[in-house]
Amino acid sequence: MKQFAALVLAGAALSIVSIPAVAQDKPTAEVMHWWTSGGEAAAIKEFAKAYDAAGGVWKDTATALGENSRAAAINRMVGGNPPAAAQFNTGKQFDDLVAQGLVRSIDDLSKEEGWQAVMPPFLYDAASRDGKLYALPINVHGQNWMFYSKKVLSDSGVESLPTGWDALVPALEKIRAAGFIPLAQGGQPWQERLLFSAILLGKGGKDLYFKIYRDHDAEAAQSDEFRGVVEAFGALRGFVDQGSPGRNWNDATALVLQDKAGMQLMGDWAVGEFRTAGKVADKDYGCSIGLKGDTLIVGGDVFVFPKTGDEAQVKAQNLLAKTMLDPATQVKFNLAKGSMPIRNDVDTGEFNACAQKGMALLKDKDSQVPVVDIIMSASLLGALDDVLTQYWHNPSASADDVVEGFVSAFELEE
Amino acid sequence: MTTRPRRLRMATFVVLPAWALVLAAYVGTMVWTMQISFTDSKLLPVDTYVGFDQYERLFSSTRWLVSLQNVAIFGVLFIAGSLVVGFLLAVALDQHVRFENTLRTIFLYPYAMSFIVTGLIWQWLMNPGLGIQKAVQNWGWESFRFDWAVNREMAIYAVVIAGIWQASGLVMALMLAGLRGIDADLWKATRIEGIPPWRVYLFIIVPMLRPLIITAVVLLSIGVVKAFDLVVALTSGGPGIASEVPAKFIMDYLFTRQNIGLATAAATVMLITVASVLTPWLYFEYFRKARPRGAA
Repeated sequence: MKQFAALVLAGAALSIVSIPAVAQDKPTAEVMHWWTSGGEAAAIKEFAKAYDAAGGVWKDTATALGENSRAAAINRMVGGNPPAAAQFNTGKQFDDLVAQGLVRSIDDLSKEEGWQAVMPPFLYDAASRDGKLYALPINVHGQNWMFYSKKVLSDSGVESLPTGWDALVPALEKIRAAGFIPLAQGGQPWQERLLFSAILLGKGGKDLYFKIYRDHDAEAAQSDEFRGVVEAFGALRGFVDQGSPGRNWNDATALVLQDKAGMQLMGDWAVGEFRTAGKVADKDYGCSIGLKGDTLIVGGDVFVFPKTGDEAQVKAQNLLAKTMLDPATQVKFNLAKGSMPIRNDVDTGEFNACAQKGMALLKDKDSQVPVVDIIMSASLLGALDDVLTQYWHNPSASADDVVEGFVSAFELEE
Repeated sequence: MTTRPRRLRMATFVVLPAWALVLAAYVGTMVWTMQISFTDSKLLPVDTYVGFDQYERLFSSTRWLVSLQNVAIFGVLFIAGSLVVGFLLAVALDQHVRFENTLRTIFLYPYAMSFIVTGLIWQWLMNPGLGIQKAVQNWGWESFRFDWAVNREMAIYAVVIAGIWQASGLVMALMLAGLRGIDADLWKATRIEGIPPWRVYLFIIVPMLRPLIITAVVLLSIGVVKAFDLVVALTSGGPGIASEVPAKFIMDYLFTRQNIGLATAAATVMLITVASVLTPWLYFEYFRKARPRGAA
């Protein structure tokens, strides 16, 4: 059956992708990724430029949407015609590929270059299996940023962003009374999860965050602390506008940057929207990590290097990995991408005020936690998303529904 | 007498590639799907069998149950609505109105659009901040509310409206073809008898159009089972999980949630449901009639 599967997938892959003959002495690397939007494309171009400058030949295979790109990469790996490198999100997405021996370990490179010492430990671990590095983390995305409009807050008589989730409610009420949308929220499950994770970390604390997300601890889910987190999340339900359900994240960001809405919790990719609109960090808009600003939820992107018997291909992969992690390239890439460098030893002078706050936290391993995608299977995550989104969109749902939903999801997935 | 078997053999031989294709492409993949549904495959298919575990998980998932309920609501209302609207449009056009060609094109036009485009158009129309609600409120009817797409209770009906808008043109075209095929003498006869037109339509014409109605129902049912892109574009299953459908459940678990075991279990349940609903009915409609006609 497996051979048949391989055959079918290989056929599918062959029919989609034509294989150009490679017959140069320069190391040629075909890189599959899904960075097709403006800022993203500019970012990947920095990698391509650096790789060409380092003496290689960069072949770009961009596919819009992560799912599509990953599916194409997996098909080609299974079919025996892998690219030199393929983009994945940090986390469990490539677990099966490692288990099936389709991905090459880059531990030797890491030892040689001393990457472990300069990378955020959670992200390094998330890219490793059995203590060996299997994927190359290339950037850090903070995912619990609260972006707020300074104008809306001051017009509503809110002096500064509250530092606790319970204190946020009266502030949001003031904003509403002043005629603004208090919370710019895109009503899609992943955005609701982002907000919930931020509250779980900010109000529940790091311990509870790990107990729920990593240990799937049913007892913790039934605790009063967790119930409090759920209630704090639920208390925000009434502060969104009517157009919120189904809204895209960038449309929600637009509400904040046009001073129509007070605040939005989002990942730091939103900074790109502010920058495009000509807004300046800490002047037009404020940014805070969580509400307290003490712990950053980190995630990011990685590249995996498919296993190959071809010596030239291995060489190309090695050069590619080293080029991507080169400090100067890291700065250029991440400036364009709006993310933070994966290495904490690069020159941070050019980054904006928000990124500076994030990078300060990245230096200390106690002030960061991994994003939930890293420590939880996609399947369980999806089940929890279903629970949270039902709660968020139903004003009469109670915290008990969420507790029960979490406990039964934990049981089913074990 | 001796040539007949040989000709048969030749025919069989010619049809063989088609049969092989059908077996491999349809039956083969179906069997493979069912096989995977009994394993605990995650991102890639594996051979660890877990019995009916995936089915147990499937039916303990609220989202799956909501999806089934939604597809039933959507199916009944969408098929019934499209048939009624399509038939009425056809009857209206059959009165030999002026600009019939233009009108026919306009009504059929939505069907030429993909569900994705349909979904997007209606998403804008039903968005309370941009669409119909906003427009009517701006005209001065301040209390006007049309927020179905973002209302938990009504979201699935918003999907139904968009679906009917798209599909009724097709039904109209089918019905119109049928109406044009009806003998003019029949109309003359009913006029002499003094039967009001609505009764003629309801009790004489509709039964005559039966084969066309069946064709329309089959076409629309396929749309119901496949309903995915319309929902994704219009509500993306929301608010919450209020307008989820089985096809979207399957796609989510197949691709983003990396649980092809559960996804294939859901696909198998859909296959069995469709087969057990449609097969007896189709059999009844086509084969039961074929026999007496063949005998006569």
